[in-house]
Amino acid sequence: MLTPPPSRTRADLAARLPDDQARAWFAEALADASRAATAPQGPPAADPATASEAPPAPAPGHPVWQSRFVTAGRHCGPDAADDVRTLLLIEARADTETLTRLYREGSAPERRAVLLALPFLVDGPGATPLVDDALRTHDTRLVSAAVGPYAAEHLPPHAWRHAVLKCLFTGVPPAAVADLARRAAGDAELARMLTALAAERTAAGREVPRDLRHALTLTGVPNEEP
Amino acid sequence: MRIFDPHIHMTSRTTDDYAAMYASGVRAVVEPAFWLGQPRTSPASFLDYFDALLGWEPFRAAQYGIAHHCAIALNPKEANDPRCTPVLDELPRYLDKDSVVAVGEIGYDAMTPAEDTALAAQLQLAADHGLPALVHTPHRDKLAGLHRTLDVVRESALPVERTLLDHLNETTVAAAADSGCWLGFSVYPDTKMDPDRVVAVLRTFGTERTLVNSAADWGRSDPLKTREVADAMLAAGFTDDDVDRVLWRNPVAFYGLSGRLRLDVPAPDALHEGNSVLRGGE
Repeated sequence: MLTPPPSRTRADLAARLPDDQARAWFAEALADASRAATAPQGPPAADPATASEAPPAPAPGHPVWQSRFVTAGRHCGPDAADDVRTLLLIEARADTETLTRLYREGSAPERRAVLLALPFLVDGPGATPLVDDALRTHDTRLVSAAVGPYAAEHLPPHAWRHAVLKCLFTGVPPAAVADLARRAAGDAELARMLTALAAERTAAGREVPRDLRHALTLTGVPNEEP
Repeated sequence: MRIFDPHIHMTSRTTDDYAAMYASGVRAVVEPAFWLGQPRTSPASFLDYFDALLGWEPFRAAQYGIAHHCAIALNPKEANDPRCTPVLDELPRYLDKDSVVAVGEIGYDAMTPAEDTALAAQLQLAADHGLPALVHTPHRDKLAGLHRTLDVVRESALPVERTLLDHLNETTVAAAADSGCWLGFSVYPDTKMDPDRVVAVLRTFGTERTLVNSAADWGRSDPLKTREVADAMLAAGFTDDDVDRVLWRNPVAFYGLSGRLRLDVPAPDALHEGNSVLRGGE
């Protein structure tokens, strides 16, 4: 599991928010999440005396910070929403059960944030069904978030190789695939799959993507030039 | 020319439609939840549909440079099926989502007691969630349906200024205009309204609270009808500013009541190389 980002990241993120109203909302949301982490048994109530804007009522039994997680886009802007949502999950120390529910009930941007948070929050392979789900989509926002450090650590070889191919198919750059060089090194099966894909492209009269040649090189497996 | 189609069912359309819409000037759409042609039999199939409106469909639209928002609701027709009505209990969590800008489409189909209940409950949900409502007027017995709709709207917690009455025509527009609601006209190849009739209505009732949509779906319909109306308005002597008001500023004002409208989608060429992907992939 990766170490959560340092507090400096929060200051950087706050500085990127569109205005003071968004920064106030972000600070309150982080405080809500932090309270949930320290008192995970009960959903904490928002303090009306300090809330600059009351968050929507949470779903029954769900803490306030989860409503903040859902509505982060309209309060912080779509560009910062990924980072804000991911930090809320980390701050609340969301467990696998919570992450799974937030993913399943989430819009695509919410699902993306859950995927981005996995390496900071989940130790074992318990969240791989979420990664598998995202990799079955053709939504590159989800595919690119699914192939991060958590997938590099926990996806079994067959699923990981298909994830790499999926990226090549959907135009997700190899740079999005965490630990590509380490996992690809010496992977003869991945090399075979990449070579076959290149042959298929060539047979169709289509160009072999540069990214594919790059991935094939990383395998280090001797092969005929596709 | 910039066009906002405030009522279109893109789930039923192809990527060719998205490309043609972009070429015609369409830069934003709202997709209200509706009947899929084949009746649903459980809340679960609604949830998958709503998830598509919050996931796959905005992704598809963005690839063609079009901002996609949605309205979520139990539609009037399926409000009559007790196998479907439990989906009402699931709506609150959807109505909190960032890209949900209205409750809709709600209203009457056959004007049954079950439709009364669903309409009233969903107008209340709109009020509770700070959302406006897209209210469809029925295809059959339309004028009576409009009056019954207005009665329910007036009794609800949702102000008329946050209500859009859709599928209006010459027989219903006067009563709808008197109500203070926003006025929606759907333009179809054969049925509902056509561009010249919309122009005639605009001459009488003005551009102030009028929206025009294609309501394109899986039936005989045309996602470029909004552009045809814009061209017909110009040919009839309306100004560029009038066109911009009806086909852009009015839908922005109406759905902007949600506080959730985001219209800054990159042009398709910028996105095709993975703009949004790179943002998260780095």
